[in-house]
Amino acid sequence: MSQLQVSTTVNGDPVEFLCEPDESLMDVLRDRLGLTGTKEGCGSGDCGACSVTVDGRLVCSCLVLGAEAQGREIGTIEGMAKGEQLHTLQKKFLEHAALQCGICTPGILVAAEALLKENPDPTETEVRYWLAGNLCRCTGYDKIIRAVMDAATEMRGA
Amino acid sequence: MRFEAPETVEAAVSLMAGEPGEARALAGGTDLLVQLKSGRVAPDLIVDLKRIPSMTAITQEDGGFRIGGAVPAAEMLEHDALTAAWPGICEAAYLVGSTQVMGRASLAGNLCTSSPAADTVPAMVAAGAMVRIVGPDGARDVACEDVPSGVQKNALKKGEVVDSIFLPARPARASDAYLRFIPRTEMDIAVVGCGISITRAADDTIAEAKVALGAVAITVQVVADAAKAIIGTRLDDAALDALAAACSAACKPINDKRGTIEFRTDVAGVLARRAAKIAYDRAGDAA
Repeated sequence: MSQLQVSTTVNGDPVEFLCEPDESLMDVLRDRLGLTGTKEGCGSGDCGACSVTVDGRLVCSCLVLGAEAQGREIGTIEGMAKGEQLHTLQKKFLEHAALQCGICTPGILVAAEALLKENPDPTETEVRYWLAGNLCRCTGYDKIIRAVMDAATEMRGA
Repeated sequence: MRFEAPETVEAAVSLMAGEPGEARALAGGTDLLVQLKSGRVAPDLIVDLKRIPSMTAITQEDGGFRIGGAVPAAEMLEHDALTAAWPGICEAAYLVGSTQVMGRASLAGNLCTSSPAADTVPAMVAAGAMVRIVGPDGARDVACEDVPSGVQKNALKKGEVVDSIFLPARPARASDAYLRFIPRTEMDIAVVGCGISITRAADDTIAEAKVALGAVAITVQVVADAAKAIIGTRLDDAALDALAAACSAACKPINDKRGTIEFRTDVAGVLARRAAKIAYDRAGDAA
């Protein structure tokens, strides 16, 4: 296979990489760009651990080809904190202990941020349905939902 | 394997038709990438359709809607006029998968994957959706129910791709609904799915109806007897009983751990009753 040259934007920064035609965006992010905050869970679009945004739209990066990133804007968990300043969602996840092993956490944070951009005042049911594609084997979800609801409240007040 | 991302439908068709090996079109990729990873498919060429402007657009045409072959479900759900005119198709699109999957998965992809349990297919069939297929011999419009031909088999020939899906103009007082049964509340594959489209006459009897069932046979089933059972009625109990009986009679389901033959056959009737009531109520409210 001949490699493809791809120019894209990741978290606002212009990025160029080479990838195989059948290589997923998740593998490109992790193995070629060193952005290992995006996690591999199932690799088949069922668990949401690899959630990123492409042109603002929440997707599983394991179900996107690296080649598709040409000219798009990719958002990953590494773009969430501003330097040392954690995003409100990240702070609330720590406050509420909304993570244990942490593998699902980056994907859930990216997904929750996408939700709050679209709907700053979601109901608990809306949060649960939006995050239904993000699986967590540790927390039982309740703390995650509380952290997202609390972050939404704080972000609306800010 | 090669990857191409043409900017016109003509270029996409010419790439697909010109590939001597296996070519696969890429819309949302929520099926294709899983198949690639598992090794179930190993195409020589992948043609990404999302750089083609018409493939990613929802446009109004002759009073109806033309939905490009690569429009993701999420975009349909954000389109107010579309969700108002076709709530049943939109609720089926909402059931296809997680938020992440809806950000990519398309109606055309759901149709072309040709799973018997595809959620959007019975809804599209009930709606009378027409599928525009483009290929080396030009374009042809095919009724949605004629596209799937078997389990993961469809009527597309070499070099062909789905350009768009057309949902026709709605008369006043018309609406649709889709319901499915799954053993849990989210993130599962239909054990039975039922799409119904209804048009009310001025006297509130049903003037037109179309009923389609998913996951109860190898391909989507159009149940003409079920539509006949409710046309001319105001959906009284006798009409609903006849509708349910016709739907159960149309089932030729598999027996598996997710649903027995008896269960699927019975639930098809139950879902048809409920979906018909929803579509009828919606049609009463529709302008």
